[in-house]
Amino acid sequence: MFQLIWNGLFVGSFYALVALGYSMVYGIIKLLNFAHGDLYMLGSFLAFVVLGGFTGLFGLSSIPVLILVLLITMLLTGGIGVLIERVAYRPLRTSPRLAALITAVGVSFTLEYAVRQIFGASPLVFPVRLQGAPIEILGARITLPQLTLMLIAAILMFLLQRYVMHSREGRAMRAIALDQTASLLMGVNVNRVISRTFFIGSALAGAAGVMAAAYYGTIDFLMGFVIGLKAFTAAVIGGIGNLYGAMLGGLVLGLLESFGTHFLGGQWRDVFAFGFLILFLVFKPTGILGERVVERV
Amino acid sequence: MAKTTQRLQAPKPVIERPPAITGLLAPDRFMKLVGLILFIGAAVLPFITATPYVISILTSAMIYIVLAMGLNVVVGYAGLLDLGYIAFMAVGAYTSGILTTQFGLSMLETLPFVILACILAGVIIGGPTLRLRSDYLAIVTLGFGEIVRITANNLQVTGGPSGIHGIPTWSFFGWSFADGLDIAGIHFNSKILFYYFVLIVGIGLAVVAVSRLGKGKLGRAWKSVRDDEDVSEAMGINGYATKLMAYIIGAVWGGFAGTLMASHLSAISPNSFEFLYSALVLMAVVLGGMGSTPGVIIGALFVSLAPEFLRDFSEWRFLLFGVLLVVAMIFRPRGIWPATAVLPFLKKREIPQVPPTETVGVLGEEEAGEAELADADRPGKIDDVSARNAETAPSESMDSIAIDGQGPPQENETKGEGRL
Repeated sequence: MFQLIWNGLFVGSFYALVALGYSMVYGIIKLLNFAHGDLYMLGSFLAFVVLGGFTGLFGLSSIPVLILVLLITMLLTGGIGVLIERVAYRPLRTSPRLAALITAVGVSFTLEYAVRQIFGASPLVFPVRLQGAPIEILGARITLPQLTLMLIAAILMFLLQRYVMHSREGRAMRAIALDQTASLLMGVNVNRVISRTFFIGSALAGAAGVMAAAYYGTIDFLMGFVIGLKAFTAAVIGGIGNLYGAMLGGLVLGLLESFGTHFLGGQWRDVFAFGFLILFLVFKPTGILGERVVERV
Repeated sequence: MAKTTQRLQAPKPVIERPPAITGLLAPDRFMKLVGLILFIGAAVLPFITATPYVISILTSAMIYIVLAMGLNVVVGYAGLLDLGYIAFMAVGAYTSGILTTQFGLSMLETLPFVILACILAGVIIGGPTLRLRSDYLAIVTLGFGEIVRITANNLQVTGGPSGIHGIPTWSFFGWSFADGLDIAGIHFNSKILFYYFVLIVGIGLAVVAVSRLGKGKLGRAWKSVRDDEDVSEAMGINGYATKLMAYIIGAVWGGFAGTLMASHLSAISPNSFEFLYSALVLMAVVLGGMGSTPGVIIGALFVSLAPEFLRDFSEWRFLLFGVLLVVAMIFRPRGIWPATAVLPFLKKREIPQVPPTETVGVLGEEEAGEAELADADRPGKIDDVSARNAETAPSESMDSIAIDGQGPPQENETKGEGRL
């Protein structure tokens, strides 16, 4: 039982990290960034490359090195996120929603198959594999790397919360989410804030990618697809556009999956998660923490 | 003011409506002719070259056209993004596959079940999500595509990862394509018969029916909901029901294409229904031109035949498609052949210059006279009205009206965009 809860929380923290970026971007420019899951994938591949350079330098692969790699990867994926926004999404900001959505699918496709062309279609083995002796806590087997990764995820989420809720830039973000034109009139540099949002969201997705790669050990070019869907599900469950909602939704989805897998079998895990997405959209489309969304004309 | 019982009257036409273009160069007639020639060409083709390879890829290409026309209803006409369209194909293919191989029905007899299953799937997915913002539909369909694939992968009845084998070809009341047919001493084998079947039923249904559907009342409702849902609701169109209708019709089309594909390949497996294929069909519609019949056909042929012609290039084509999608959305959002495009050498109906309209929607004869007088006193106002008319006309719908020759002149802004 505790094992199930623990597994759920652990997987849920990855979902939460990816869902945060999804939710932030959606909250600010009302765009479903389909490429978000692929930034997660990109994060793990970039970490693969960076780590390849590092182990040559230091010859060690432990948690401190991994954290350094994590930070570098976050900067890189963040930069790529900003680039994507600048090249693909900004020219379409005033176009119909369908155009922006199709562009997002195109970006996602481009990232996936660019990575496939560079690294090949078969899965790669990540050079670092975090494993440790399990500790028994309340009947659940918990490993040290699991704890470390969860701690990293928690720290990232805490920093994000401080940034969005308690800084000047964060206030600008929330203002744009409420009303873009009004914030522009109030002197907020809208383009810069949107770029920054993409940077943060993409960096978080990249971080989740590095952590997942280090934990599961293999990476492939389509790994971002399902996690992108799951992260969206998490964002909807929590209430899309809501910071705490994304975190909560990630954890809830992790728990749901963990229990669903236990009772239904592992092969139905994804079906179970998407089934919940549809159920939530039927009965509570605004999510657990979301407020009633009023469609502006 | 004077009369109390006045009715709203449509304003009298300011100018005479120019006569309709007749002859071969009228856009409508010309496109029909081109379509007919292509159709006959496709029908004659097996007499020229009938290698199994050519027939097979052409049959696949035509099934792709059926699929793309179905998605065109959803994406092009109704403006809903469906990222799991291939799932409906899977529903159709699996329904007919299971019923033929395990229950011994013929392909024709499975058709009602396929249609029912697709309607059911369409209602389950579309019902809850179409009430929400359109983005939700996109991602839910994406999830639905995965659900169908995983379910097919895990169930016993669908054959698990290896899928279903030995799906028969179509048969009608005891006579099957596999029996072959001899007409005037020429033997038609089952593949060629199936090719003709897809050509006639698939192309006939998909291209003619979908393009006519798009012109009818429902089609106009779809387009108006796509352009502005709030306005069309104000005009008395039930937005939700209209969108659901588009979604269900698209689903049925996808299922039909699925049954065709199942009997064409005679074996189906979950791997044929990955997201990749949904994305390819979407690309066919988007790159060709959303809502445009010739565009969608060109797009579907391009997407389905590209791997055959670009053998050495096939590894790179997905990357190319992704980049093309982004580039197309930024620089040519309406595709290679936009829905309102007219070939440049065709005769469009000439539109004479209309004098600035003074009043729009007149209340009775006498009032109109008064309003005209009142307006004539202040020339500034007349300019206002005409300027506003010119400004507020939405370019896309204007474009299509202008081709019909009913609308006010709008050429200066929209001509370049709409033409090829």
